[in-house]
Amino acid sequence: MAKFDLNDEGLVVIVGSGAGGGTLGNELAQKGVKVVILEAGARNEIQDFVNDEWNSFTQLAWKDMRTTSGSWQVARDFPNLPAWIVKSVGGSTVHWAGASLRFEEHEFKTKTAYGDIPGANLLDWPITLAEMEPWYTKAEFKMGTTRTNGIPGLPGNNNFKVMEAGARKLGYKEVHTGRMSINSKPRDGRGSCQQIGFCFQGCKSGAKWSTLYTEIPKGEATGNLEVRPNSMAIRIEHDAAGKVNGVVYIDGEGKIQKQKARVVAVAGNSLESPRLLLNSHSSMFPDGLANSSGQVGRNYMRHMTGSVYAIFEKPVHMYRGTTMAGIIMDEARHDPKRGFAGGYEMETLSLGLPFIVAFLNPGAWGRSFTTAIDGYANMAGMWLVGEDLPQETNRVTLDPVVKDANGMPVASVHYDDHANDVAMRIHAYQKGATVYEAVGAIRTFPTPPYPSTHNLGTNRMSEKPRDGVVNKYGQTHDIKNLFVSDGSQFTTSAACNPTLTIVTLAIRQADHIAGAMQKGEI
Amino acid sequence: MREVDRRSKIDRRKFLSTAAAAPAVIVAATAGLSVDGAWADNAQALKPETMKTLAVIARDIYPHDHLADQYYIAAVTPWDTKAASDPKVKALIEQGVALLNELALARYKSPYAAVAWEEQRVTLLHEIEQSEFFGKVRGDLLVSLYNNHEVWPKFGYEGSSAEHGGYVNRGFNDIDWLS
Repeated sequence: MAKFDLNDEGLVVIVGSGAGGGTLGNELAQKGVKVVILEAGARNEIQDFVNDEWNSFTQLAWKDMRTTSGSWQVARDFPNLPAWIVKSVGGSTVHWAGASLRFEEHEFKTKTAYGDIPGANLLDWPITLAEMEPWYTKAEFKMGTTRTNGIPGLPGNNNFKVMEAGARKLGYKEVHTGRMSINSKPRDGRGSCQQIGFCFQGCKSGAKWSTLYTEIPKGEATGNLEVRPNSMAIRIEHDAAGKVNGVVYIDGEGKIQKQKARVVAVAGNSLESPRLLLNSHSSMFPDGLANSSGQVGRNYMRHMTGSVYAIFEKPVHMYRGTTMAGIIMDEARHDPKRGFAGGYEMETLSLGLPFIVAFLNPGAWGRSFTTAIDGYANMAGMWLVGEDLPQETNRVTLDPVVKDANGMPVASVHYDDHANDVAMRIHAYQKGATVYEAVGAIRTFPTPPYPSTHNLGTNRMSEKPRDGVVNKYGQTHDIKNLFVSDGSQFTTSAACNPTLTIVTLAIRQADHIAGAMQKGEI
Repeated sequence: MREVDRRSKIDRRKFLSTAAAAPAVIVAATAGLSVDGAWADNAQALKPETMKTLAVIARDIYPHDHLADQYYIAAVTPWDTKAASDPKVKALIEQGVALLNELALARYKSPYAAVAWEEQRVTLLHEIEQSEFFGKVRGDLLVSLYNNHEVWPKFGYEGSSAEHGGYVNRGFNDIDWLS
């Protein structure tokens, strides 16, 4: 495996090893580009994962302090845990559910499709679905997404069968076990899904695509990729000409290090990526790097989310099998007659007993709550995930008071639900409950949002430099050798789960970076 | 479909390792002693009456009639250990229980644990719902009660599955009542 010198000035240095960073690192390494990935978390491998929700949370989750404000319920229920994401090699691809959906055409141009919506900072992406399609195809092939490339769908578990039966009774048409980057049969050196459950705790069979055991070892095998775990980037530095030239990080022994770089790509998820750019302020860039537009940290999106759980007369055992292999797509369309712009997906979801008590209705106690938990074995569950609208005031800033163990200001996350998000959530709760009532649900529960798993938009793509932070390749408008490679590039959030689009953008970006390096442009 | 056996089958060694705190108390708990029993006398930092009251509070906050007292006792015993090492925790718990007893005496002429009806005790809990004491007790219980692996089968939850080969051959799709 490669080991690069701290003073090597020819490297691409990537911050983060998840869907964006891990994919970019491998793609560049395959093209012969030398790469160092700095990963804040430890290297936990498949054998280290545990089928135990709290122990796994302790092992994998990003638990470093963050602060919150705004009208969103997460700020009340989980004031110091705005996001449920991963601090470990592989990033949130260790924890993700595997749902891999393409954006709809209109979701790349929402300002055009939705028109002016008061309070929303809508903008069309600088790319179209047509431009993205060949790259989506590459991503789906790489990830082994079911229902693409001739790969069969996963079998439906009990939780899916309940949702599917209800959906059919209501006349929903697009109902199936999803396009999932989880092997339905052995592929790419990995086995097929064993229906373990615990997809969120790290896949013990390796059937689910994760950069941890696909992209990263493949990149390392080229000799061009070095992954440094336990390396927390705290600042990106630049030269007198304003080009970035290295990343300062704290290593596993608590020592401060600087890795020199030819190109830097930031992929620390949408809370840490803007935080790093803001914390990298200098006399030349007093408002942080790549922030001449003032848009770094703004337009934070986290999807309209919620869940519906329902109790039936007889057992379901929703926790058995693939967590999210089940979807109703009929509500994902843009149909303003419903009273909101954009749409949402309904996807199966289950939690184990330790987490259902924490998340079903945070703060609840007494018999209304405990009789619901008594029905756990007879419970089915779905997650509602839909497009939320970008708002300039929803943003990640540096907390003026709270600092982390390295003395760096922590991310403070402000989010107010837009009226459109609220209207969509009410609609989705009602539809979700109706699905279950159609097959005999005795009680249904409109469960509020969990800490955000889909964090998007805080370094958004824009055609014009004044409207966003990066161009159509994730290259910052201000600094040509500084890139953003994660979901923080998203101009708008779309209805679907974001990972496929993050991976697609990373493959496309790798092509651009390698080409620009070869031409000597960066 | 394959259902989950909910009967108690306590492996004493495993139970001890699950709830590692205050082994003497746990031994008493696994012996099946009730809230009225002598288990609370082994408390190191908190008063025995406080421990007994906490066990009643725990059941009143998260009442499950199919769970025996031993699980609530196991859920509250960690506070004694925390109180022994942290005077602030000790004060928070003792003062919280004392306040609840005051409210109970004023309204029902008896200490909290002796108030006859759950509804009456819950009325008192609602009065202190916004307090730091209640918030801490409720928040800790959420983990100490429900993350005890011994209670999982009682809710029909099977826990870790990878070592059993997942559910691919153990009922992931065995639902048989949908029409």
